[in-house]
Amino acid sequence: MTQTKKTSLTLGPVYYLWDAEKWRDFHFRIADEAPVDRVVIGETICSKRQHFIEPHLAEVVERLESAGKTVILSTLALVTLNRESKQIREMAEVSEHLMEANDLSALAILKDKPHTIGPLVNVYNAPTARLLANRGAKRICLPPELPFTSVKEIVAEFPDIDFEVFAFGRMPLAISARCAHARSKGKIKDNCQFVCREDPDGLPVRTLDRQSFLALNGVQTVSHACQSLLGELDHLVEAGVRSFRLSPQDCDMVAVAKLHRAVLDETVDADAGVAKLRQLYAAAPLANGFHHAKEGAVWVARTRSLQAAWPA
Amino acid sequence: MQIPPILSAPLHMIPIPLIERICRLMFGRIAKAHPGLFERLDEHRQKRFAFLPTDLPLAFVVVPGRQEISVLRKPVEIEADAVTEAPLFLLLALMEGRCDADALFFSRDLSVTGDMEAMLAMRNALDASNIDLQKDLAKLAGPFAPIARKVIGEIRDRALKDQNRPAGEAAAWN
Amino acid sequence: MELICPAGTPAAFHEAVDAGADAVYCGFRDETNARNFPGLNFSRDELREAIAYAKRKGTQTFVALNTFMRAGAEEIWYKGAADAVALGADALILADFGLMAHVAEKYPQQRLHVSVQASASNPDAINFLVDAFTAQRVVLPRTLTIADIARIGKNIRCEMEVFVFGGLCVMAEGRCSLSSYATGKSPNMNGVCSPASHVRYRKDGGELVSELGEFTINRFPAGEAAGYPTLCKGRFDIADSNGYAFEDPVSLDVMGELEALKAAGVKALKIEGRQRGKAYVAEVVSTMKAALNSPPDRRAPLLARLRTMSEGQKTTSGAYEKRWR
Repeated sequence: MTQTKKTSLTLGPVYYLWDAEKWRDFHFRIADEAPVDRVVIGETICSKRQHFIEPHLAEVVERLESAGKTVILSTLALVTLNRESKQIREMAEVSEHLMEANDLSALAILKDKPHTIGPLVNVYNAPTARLLANRGAKRICLPPELPFTSVKEIVAEFPDIDFEVFAFGRMPLAISARCAHARSKGKIKDNCQFVCREDPDGLPVRTLDRQSFLALNGVQTVSHACQSLLGELDHLVEAGVRSFRLSPQDCDMVAVAKLHRAVLDETVDADAGVAKLRQLYAAAPLANGFHHAKEGAVWVARTRSLQAAWPA
Repeated sequence: MQIPPILSAPLHMIPIPLIERICRLMFGRIAKAHPGLFERLDEHRQKRFAFLPTDLPLAFVVVPGRQEISVLRKPVEIEADAVTEAPLFLLLALMEGRCDADALFFSRDLSVTGDMEAMLAMRNALDASNIDLQKDLAKLAGPFAPIARKVIGEIRDRALKDQNRPAGEAAAWN
Repeated sequence: MELICPAGTPAAFHEAVDAGADAVYCGFRDETNARNFPGLNFSRDELREAIAYAKRKGTQTFVALNTFMRAGAEEIWYKGAADAVALGADALILADFGLMAHVAEKYPQQRLHVSVQASASNPDAINFLVDAFTAQRVVLPRTLTIADIARIGKNIRCEMEVFVFGGLCVMAEGRCSLSSYATGKSPNMNGVCSPASHVRYRKDGGELVSELGEFTINRFPAGEAAGYPTLCKGRFDIADSNGYAFEDPVSLDVMGELEALKAAGVKALKIEGRQRGKAYVAEVVSTMKAALNSPPDRRAPLLARLRTMSEGQKTTSGAYEKRWR
């Protein structure tokens, strides 16, 4: 893989509701040990949860920055309430940190201010990427659903924009005004008692034939399978992608980050990397179907035959 | 409602080849009057569609692209890409777009199995085609035309008249 | 309030116009619109004829180009927009920013409506689209309550259109990859959700099992009203119980709230259902038109008739009512 341009790793925001101390300690350890270049923090899924991490926000930012990580503040994925828009606007006014847009309202508010685009904004083509870049987007994390053919097209048109792909984590598939997580535990959203805290890696949704299928995370629905593009990093780098997002799951994310760094640096071979990743995150099978324009739930095995068939 | 045995009884006695010829005649007429049907079916026009009226002892298998229709006497193993089962009047109503297939399926009056995409294409193509059996078949010519008109006319009239009668007893002639 | 009606075929289009639609929305027979179903939609010639028919009757035609442009194949969408404009569409319904920018620049006189697929759910988002692309109307996501809508109405600079009857997306529209996770085909990219090509029904004992791709979406005991295996309306196992995890197989009906919607400043009421037959369109449009023309206390019996037409034969007022959440 070419090393002419440096590749980087972004740790995405924790989508799940973790206990505040767990959240804090997780980021402390990331700061101290994980080879990630930037960390996105802040509640992204549900505005009701925001108060949990607030007491620790300042110390986490400080710890990450002293460790040389760039801190990016996340914004909500689905903004419907007045106070939610207001909060994004205020954050944009006072914050000196880069912010990440996950919804149209943030795009509106962050116009002409340097910002990043999260994987929950619909960027399916180059004209859309151009529009966002013209409005101040510095890095764009493409939607997990996007096939490699599209990624290649978009990146080829804008070598100057730093494009990122969602390389690890359960795929954020949907978000709703309704909280299926609360409902499944006999609550409604307005009186949810934060039952989603009981499931730090999501609440499994199985089919009636007991197939593992999805997981609930508050108002968000994520995949059961965990996206991994570890075996596709070389093609992505070749296509011009420079940044890879690791979305926190309830596992050893420091080790996950180290593994991705090692595969990017070619000190670990991709196949060995995939095998190791399966051990690091055994809670769910790996999937890379979206990348290959197939069902997001499937795993497409890496073909080793190319080099064997046509030695360089 | 279901076809009363009295009306279906003659079908029992008409030889299959004759029914087939009548059906082909009708099919040819409809195909000629509604060429858009095939355009909408697109890649699905070479598939085998089976229609099983639950109240008739017969099954109809159609390959639209070849303008081919075969009639089989039940019970029979059907080889088809998509199978639709419903009382005959519903199948005819569907053909004319007089009722909504989704609503019927939600109420389970209609059952579909097999290639759902082909079936959906067929449903939509039929719905788009403004088929009016009475009108389309009025122009039928040839020796079997009067029989075809009579049978279709009677079935259709009865169906329309009795549409609200609850689905009743199983047909006794099967 | 205007009544905006669906048409998946020219036949349904005629029915909608004849039944009193103020506007009919439809799409081309390709991946440019979010109802890209087999056998459905319009050729260029069919659209030309339909628009002419509508114009004669004083009805408007909106053309939906509301999927997201496939990278490298943007021409398909640009051509769709060019043709819709040339054929005299009264408005284009768009979701993709890139396409909105293209249309706003190329056809500044063309009315641009923001599709529900764009998921513009608050004043900041909507005003961004108004400022950036001179959008004249926004179709609001079905994730809002009537109070939300009233508040939004006071703070935006364009018209509001809301869904009042028909299929209901439980998830924020245009932001859902559940379908492609199971089938590889998504609303955003392919204009399909839970596509028929991946649907299978099979009988298992007395039960009817519906499957989408490799996944079981539902099992219906004999006699129970069945539903199409739309992923978010399936029955699943969660923890130790099973049931409709996201939403029952119901459809949306907020016709009981017409007065509240009017008071909230809603300009147009939209009926979902381009995939439904012309009989459905005729029945729903004429009944709703009659309801709109009746005093509020006379509407109930009219609307009761519509219930039998819905999925699962049940309706919900969805997010419009806060308890739904």
